[in-house]
Amino acid sequence: MLRILKSKAPNSCFRLTSAAFQSQRRLYADQPPPAEGFLPGVADSKLLKRTPEEALRNPELAALSAANGETEKMNFFQAINNALSTALATDETSVVFGEDVSFGGVFRATSGLAERFGRDRVFNTPITEQGIVGFGIGMAAVGHTAIAEIQFADYIFPAFDQIVNEAAKYRYRSGGIFNVGGLTIRTPCSAVGHGGHYHSQTPEAFFAHCPGVKIVMPRSPIQAKGLLLASIRDRNPVIFLEPKILYRAAVEEVPVSDYELPLGKAEVLKRGNNVTVVGYGTQIYKLENAIQLAEKHIPGLSCELIDLRTIVPLDIDTICESVNKTGRLVIGHEAPKTGGFAAEITTAVMERSFLRLEAPIQRVCGWDTPFPLAFEKFYMPDMIRCYDAIKKVTEY
Amino acid sequence: MLRSTASRLLANVRVAPKAFAPARAFSTTAPSFFASATDASEKVKITLPESSFEVYNLEKPSLELEFSKEALVDMYTKMVTMRRMEMAADALYKAKQIRGFCHLCTGQEAVSVGMESAINSSDQIITAYRCHGFTYVRGGSIKSIIGELLGRECGISKGKGGSMHMFSPAFYGGNGIVGAQVPLGAGIAFTQKYLDIPAVTFSLYGDGASNQGQVFEAYNMAKLWDLPCVFVCENNKYGMGTSAARSSASTQYYTRAGYIPGIQVNGMDVFAVHQACKFAKEWTTSGKGPLVMELNTYRYGGHSMSDPGTTYRTREEIQHMRSTSDPITGLKQHLLDNSVASEAELKAIDKEARKIVDEAVKEAQASPEPDLKEFWTDIYQPGSEPVMVRGREPGESHWY
Repeated sequence: MLRILKSKAPNSCFRLTSAAFQSQRRLYADQPPPAEGFLPGVADSKLLKRTPEEALRNPELAALSAANGETEKMNFFQAINNALSTALATDETSVVFGEDVSFGGVFRATSGLAERFGRDRVFNTPITEQGIVGFGIGMAAVGHTAIAEIQFADYIFPAFDQIVNEAAKYRYRSGGIFNVGGLTIRTPCSAVGHGGHYHSQTPEAFFAHCPGVKIVMPRSPIQAKGLLLASIRDRNPVIFLEPKILYRAAVEEVPVSDYELPLGKAEVLKRGNNVTVVGYGTQIYKLENAIQLAEKHIPGLSCELIDLRTIVPLDIDTICESVNKTGRLVIGHEAPKTGGFAAEITTAVMERSFLRLEAPIQRVCGWDTPFPLAFEKFYMPDMIRCYDAIKKVTEY
Repeated sequence: MLRSTASRLLANVRVAPKAFAPARAFSTTAPSFFASATDASEKVKITLPESSFEVYNLEKPSLELEFSKEALVDMYTKMVTMRRMEMAADALYKAKQIRGFCHLCTGQEAVSVGMESAINSSDQIITAYRCHGFTYVRGGSIKSIIGELLGRECGISKGKGGSMHMFSPAFYGGNGIVGAQVPLGAGIAFTQKYLDIPAVTFSLYGDGASNQGQVFEAYNMAKLWDLPCVFVCENNKYGMGTSAARSSASTQYYTRAGYIPGIQVNGMDVFAVHQACKFAKEWTTSGKGPLVMELNTYRYGGHSMSDPGTTYRTREEIQHMRSTSDPITGLKQHLLDNSVASEAELKAIDKEARKIVDEAVKEAQASPEPDLKEFWTDIYQPGSEPVMVRGREPGESHWY
């Protein structure tokens, strides 16, 4: 397999990669891919907070534990639901709308909201993505809190003009008279194992190129709730990308009270001294596994894992602080490599930490192909690839 | 103040759910019956019920039509084969052999079969999600359709696309963003006009997609340049889980272009669809410009496989449509009433359809997954690709 891919990985790495690959192939050779996709490790991830104590140990939630330390077991979509519920309860101008949302949405993230808050605040729209975003921009321009859902991130492109030319520039072009700070666009993104061309894409890089919008992608239920509430209340239009494979796969004890997590602040998930590993969304779990594998196979290695959480604004300080310490950087994301957000991170780090780098920065990304149905397992920047990259920067 | 503005704004959005009334059930009154000979080419006259069409700014097409017995049997065969194929897909999905997205056209067979019977291979069709039936009538083999769903090499798009990505030479797909295909249809029609090809393009979309802005952009261009384009709204009453009345300010889809004449058709009657499509082809190819056609139809299953299809409509409603308006049952009745075929002969056709589909499924299952080299094909024109496509990590690239 790797020979076809023309890998230039060192031999030792080749053996390991090949073996791991073959075990995966054996597993899937005579049976379909698992419904939850090729995503080892979410269930066992050490990053998920499975007890109330773990959940509240987070310094960002310290204030919360004193006031109201109650938590509830929620998966990712329930945490989104909980955040939306909080937003609707605390802001009477907030409304939730999108295709089929009043029935709960295709991923159940809005279930029960229409019953609880009324069908004038949680309502279905026609299938009209450009219209949904434009409508939300109009509402937000008046001062409303518009929480729009685009059913799949792949469907956001009909609304591209509204986001890039209207939402992002409203404040600037009106000299501050109007803004659409109340607009938040939620949309399920990323691979799911079998989504094919139009139900798998991760479009963050398209929007990162557009000044005026913020882009957020949480990795877990606790993060999803806090970041979504912050996005809704942030006075800028926010695109909130929800990795759909995590909707059911990621489960945590989520604080029930109202809390926000900061936008524009990356989170260091694991401290380490030798390699900085950066990602966001689903990729975090692959990176976590890759780090475990690398630390097992390379004696003395310790990696630092950083979840960006917010893609724009980019928290370059946290990344560079880490790179200045480790000298090595590996970045992973699912979107294709060319023009992907890893390129932006790479350049930003090069500008600030060039002399501290000990090895070329490694990007582990999706292939520069359309998102494939049949070849998803070959397309994905999987754990083994991330491991290879860590190994490469270590051995450079 | 803001709240009251919002309530006014939402007055149009918050439409109370209406009880579903089938637009027009399949006529149970027998058509005029003149022929009884068994000769395949012998003509059978059919009279459509008055209720088959509603029109907007045009004269109703004739209600009289004629088919050879052979053509009638062909329609029946295609419809039962198509249904059997979709049932096979349903079973394969439930057996977890088909993954991802799968949108079945069970219940809507009269649309593709009726349309195909009225046009030829110089006419073009383009649609969005529910495309298996069109792929089949436009020449795609059952093996290639099932193979595509299974993601196998024998699939019509080499197994690279799946349910909504099927194409054949006179069928432009199979598209993943609903509504996006409609202006494409206008573009295809423009080339027909430009090249003086006496042919028409049917640009299809559902009641759900009918509210996409691009649909109206395409209407305008088509009328502005009088393109031979028929905008066909397959109104199956529900866009995913939202009923037409909840999504559309006007559910009279055939009137929604305003400046383009329209026709509403009983899409559960293959004869009505045939007659409407024939009429539309004559209209558009005689230089009169585009038409909007609404085909009232019904899908028996959910929007996709993960939708049971019963949360936003009642089981009774589905059962009612099945028992009163089924397109296959309706056609079968005509065949029996006109002595085109006997009950036993039709049973034999059903049995044969089952056999053909079962064999095709077996062949598709035996087909391997597409070779990895296909991962990099069809991105660029062969010979003009960039030197290489970059892969996941540095060094993992594909060189053309």
